[in-house]
Amino acid sequence: MKVFHFTEQPYSPAWKDHGGALRITIPNKRLDPKLAGDLLHRYYDEWQLADELGFNIMVNEHHSTATCMASTVVVTLSILARITKRARLLVLGYPLAHRPDPLRAAEELSTIDVVSRGRLEMGFVKGVPSEFSPSNANPVGVEERFWEAHDFIIKAMTSHDGPFNWESENFHYRQVNIWPRPYQQPHPPVWSTTGSKHNAVRLGQKGYTMATLGTGYATRALYDTYRAAYRETHRRSPPPDRFAYLGLMAVGETEAEARRRGELVADYLRTLPFTPAPFRNPPGFISVDANVQLMKAAGRPPARSFTKDGRAINMMTGSVQDLIDAGIMFCGTPDQVYDQIVDFCGHCGGMGNLLSMSHAGFMSHEDTVENLTLFSKEVLPRLEAFRQPDEAAAAAE
Amino acid sequence: MKLAPGHSTVEINGIEIEIDCRGSGKPLLFLHPEIGFDRAEPALELLSRSAQVIAPTHPGYGKAKLPPGFNTIDDIAYLYLDLLEALDLRDAAVVGAGIGGWIATAIAVKTTAHFRKMVLVDAFGIKIGDRETRDIFDMYFVTEADLAKVIYCDQQFAERDVSKLPEETLYALARAREATSLYGWRPYMHDPKLKGRLHRIRIPSLVLWGAEDRIVSPDYGRAYCAALANAHFATIERAGHFPHVERPEEFARAVLGFIEEKERSAP
Repeated sequence: MKVFHFTEQPYSPAWKDHGGALRITIPNKRLDPKLAGDLLHRYYDEWQLADELGFNIMVNEHHSTATCMASTVVVTLSILARITKRARLLVLGYPLAHRPDPLRAAEELSTIDVVSRGRLEMGFVKGVPSEFSPSNANPVGVEERFWEAHDFIIKAMTSHDGPFNWESENFHYRQVNIWPRPYQQPHPPVWSTTGSKHNAVRLGQKGYTMATLGTGYATRALYDTYRAAYRETHRRSPPPDRFAYLGLMAVGETEAEARRRGELVADYLRTLPFTPAPFRNPPGFISVDANVQLMKAAGRPPARSFTKDGRAINMMTGSVQDLIDAGIMFCGTPDQVYDQIVDFCGHCGGMGNLLSMSHAGFMSHEDTVENLTLFSKEVLPRLEAFRQPDEAAAAAE
Repeated sequence: MKLAPGHSTVEINGIEIEIDCRGSGKPLLFLHPEIGFDRAEPALELLSRSAQVIAPTHPGYGKAKLPPGFNTIDDIAYLYLDLLEALDLRDAAVVGAGIGGWIATAIAVKTTAHFRKMVLVDAFGIKIGDRETRDIFDMYFVTEADLAKVIYCDQQFAERDVSKLPEETLYALARAREATSLYGWRPYMHDPKLKGRLHRIRIPSLVLWGAEDRIVSPDYGRAYCAALANAHFATIERAGHFPHVERPEEFARAVLGFIEEKERSAP
């Protein structure tokens, strides 16, 4: 199993007295640029440490928010491509449906792949619902636009005989010929995220790495949907490295210390409600049928996080114990955390990439360093040696 | 092509259009607003006492499939031109509310061959202010429940428990919200080219506005009116963005009064 260290690069000083909005409408005067600089340098130091400790690295971007200062993954990836040596650099993701120019995406990602000497893992996402207002990209047609941007980027990265033409409803280019081309051939590995079976089928057909987050013990159904679609298309079972799961991570020498860190990391989830309500469900982002169901339920979305025994968990308000029970957080001593991860992996029928949110919210540099270091010494070697559940058994379950 | 009275579906260029047809008299093409077409709307019944009301449901709204490639108001305008030709409609009055008013002008700048008069009701479609002035209320900046409070002057229209509505109505609402965004997300509820073309519309026009419209203000309506070649402006008191919903009788009186009036001299 591969493990990726992830932080959203939060500007946590603004997480107090925000009046209910941490995203979209929070004025940026709440950010002190000097403090932001200090925090960003700190996060890069921690990623550098993670690289040295044997972690891979995951980055993302969000917009108009105090929860994530990375407003373009390109900056983060560019810096990491140069200052890290060994880690795979996973972007999860590049929000294609918010960005008007997939040519630029192809150029940026190819260059980053070359600078990092082939360490890029290329995660494409549509983008979160609340950010369609700041990006002003139309939330209607997002799926079609996402896949067309994807098709274009792959074509741009794999065309080596001079310019090609692309004129469609969404994108217009006449002489596409990107320099540099990607380091990895034919192109960096493609990842995406999903919370729906509909997407899982498409990703399974493509054979791309599929990541989920917050799906806890409801993850298996999504993986199995992927597996069925993969098998149908590729005539074999997907290897475990096609699956990724984002879990919150809090390790401690003692259980008490781990729980203290768990509370800090859980703050990431606890900021989720502070997205102003009007931006949570832009028109067309979810289907008409899903919107009808949402209106019937008076706006309350159906539960999506469950414990092993089927108890629904609200990950925004759940306790650390709830989050552990639901497989949303891995928290405890190194032995406990290893057991939790292995157990969860068994539930999934195999899962080859653990996306580990080992820093969030107010967690200090010292706590983050300790969280990473202890994990790297006591858990990581065992996970690297871990033999994934038998494929046949996983398929039969 | 002849329309049957009541609700029917016609096919134009392989595209299905739902049409409601009622009443008799001179034809009145009613273009519904962004909330979709509601055949129970009292205003339609009132209009149909003096006119043959022909009300298509715009592509993307209602039940019919969204035609491939449709994403601009012009797509609807050209489809409706084909529809008007197929119906051989002449001398119709066109009445467009909200996004329907935008569709009406998008047709009329191309040709007014089918129309003798036009009524725009709290219409979208143009940009009047400078680049940092929001002419049109950002309908996606508030929740659906709060939007209803902004839309209506009389708050009893805003107070409804959506979760209790029939599934069919919810489906129509969900489609309407998506379709409006499809056509109007960016540029937001307007076509930057439209204002400069409005002078081409020379038929007598009434720009009718809810005096309390907080989605597009009466001043926006006045600017719309000024850009047309032969239009005058009137308001309906104690009405918000949908005067035909809030004040159906005043609305019908104003519309019918205008379209039945003999020639009005150009201002």
